[in-house]
Amino acid sequence: MPYPTDLKYTKEHEWIKVDGASATIGITHYAQESLGDIVFVELPKVGAEITAGKTFGTVESVKAVSDLYAPATGTVTEVNGELATAPEKINKDANNTWMIKVTLKNPGELTGLLSAADYEKFVSEEGGH
Amino acid sequence: MPAVEATTPTIRKTALNAAHRQMGAKMVEFNGWDMPVEYPSSGGIMAEHNAVRTGVGIFDVSHMGDIRLAGTEALAAVQHISMNDAGRLAVGQAQYSALLYPQGTFVDDVIVHRLDEDDYLLVINAGTREKDFNWVRDNTRQFNCKVEHLSDDFTQIAVQGPKGVNLLQKLTDADLAAVKFYWVTRGTVCGLKNILIARTGYTAEDGFEIYIPADEATSARVWNELLEAGKEFGVVSCGLGARNTLRLEGKLPLYGHEISDTINVWEAGLDRFCKMEKPEFIGRTALEKAKAEDLRRTLVGLEMVERGIARDGYKVLDEASAEIGYVTSGSPAPFLKKNIALAYVPPRFADVGTSVKVEIRGQGVRAQVVPTPFYRRPKKT
Repeated sequence: MPYPTDLKYTKEHEWIKVDGASATIGITHYAQESLGDIVFVELPKVGAEITAGKTFGTVESVKAVSDLYAPATGTVTEVNGELATAPEKINKDANNTWMIKVTLKNPGELTGLLSAADYEKFVSEEGGH
Repeated sequence: MPAVEATTPTIRKTALNAAHRQMGAKMVEFNGWDMPVEYPSSGGIMAEHNAVRTGVGIFDVSHMGDIRLAGTEALAAVQHISMNDAGRLAVGQAQYSALLYPQGTFVDDVIVHRLDEDDYLLVINAGTREKDFNWVRDNTRQFNCKVEHLSDDFTQIAVQGPKGVNLLQKLTDADLAAVKFYWVTRGTVCGLKNILIARTGYTAEDGFEIYIPADEATSARVWNELLEAGKEFGVVSCGLGARNTLRLEGKLPLYGHEISDTINVWEAGLDRFCKMEKPEFIGRTALEKAKAEDLRRTLVGLEMVERGIARDGYKVLDEASAEIGYVTSGSPAPFLKKNIALAYVPPRFADVGTSVKVEIRGQGVRAQVVPTPFYRRPKKT
């Protein structure tokens, strides 16, 4: 099962794991597979505000540049610094390679996110594989 | 931004399309063709790229086009439309050249092969097939020479990398060691008689391109035999992604990027393939005039100094952040492990070591002009 059920997903292929008022964000297995070899990740700084549905960073593979979309609104509390030098970790294990941690502005008001089952259905329709 | 060719409304497929899909290739549209961009089974673009630098990789390049000119005035016809000097070609020899518009800009770049006394084969780009064929036909009517569009007759497979010669030699009776770079021969390949084998490629590496009949069964059989015979050399199938990063490391131009209908030969730095000592060819008059004037821009190699990846179309800025040019091709270079780019800038910024910036998402990111090609294959000892 490439999509753990304790995560929620966006149609732009980010995952979010909520723990009370804080949350962890990364990109999905499908996203890393579509991108191919990831070579560059640009993330916001600690203290930055991110807004649900808006871009918060960039991920680049050898051939493509892709925006990262925030699954929720909040303030960045931690950034995975490892990804500056080892972005390929995302290819190896997208579900367990987090990008940023945030304090949610409105915990419990996450809207428009998909369950694991719905996301899996969504990507099977989008990707045709 | 450079001019971009309009894409064809119907998507075309090579005879190997089913084979690529069976192997799980990621397919993309490229110039109207449904082509593999990378094969997860090969390990993706970086693994494919490095296999070609250190071992061998095979590419389906059947989307490339082929035009044959044959007849008593074939040489005169080729000389009229091609900027290089085909008069210097021995039978069995090939050369890089370009078809030019009267203003000295590019219809396309081509490889001219002299197959026989009065028999030439031009290999052209996928996105410019029809345009090129019409151009060649319309501009050679005055010559006693038959012009044929053979693009759909061949499946073209590129076998590239230092071990390419070892792999292909297992499947052919032709003596490949006797074929020099940019020469062609004919031989039996995988049991198919009289196959054209050219020691050419688009990877800045040693390698061969073979032209086999375009039927699906034969194409798939040869493709699979190459993969099977290449196992001992670690062969992988490679897509357009690796083809692009390989050619970029070697500074090989791509139509619509480094060369186009608005860029001339001098700007592109292809002087050594343009033989001005030839009395006449289309574009020559304009190039002579342009040569007497100062260049407005020139193609340079950039290496990113700060963190960031230059991409096609990004702006190049000077130290004061004023726009001075644009990136034609930019990417991480998988073998060199640097972020590199080709860009047009005014000549005063072209010296090696010049500090410039590339605008990436609104930020000027530091880069410097470096010698090109970025990669040169090691000379054989």
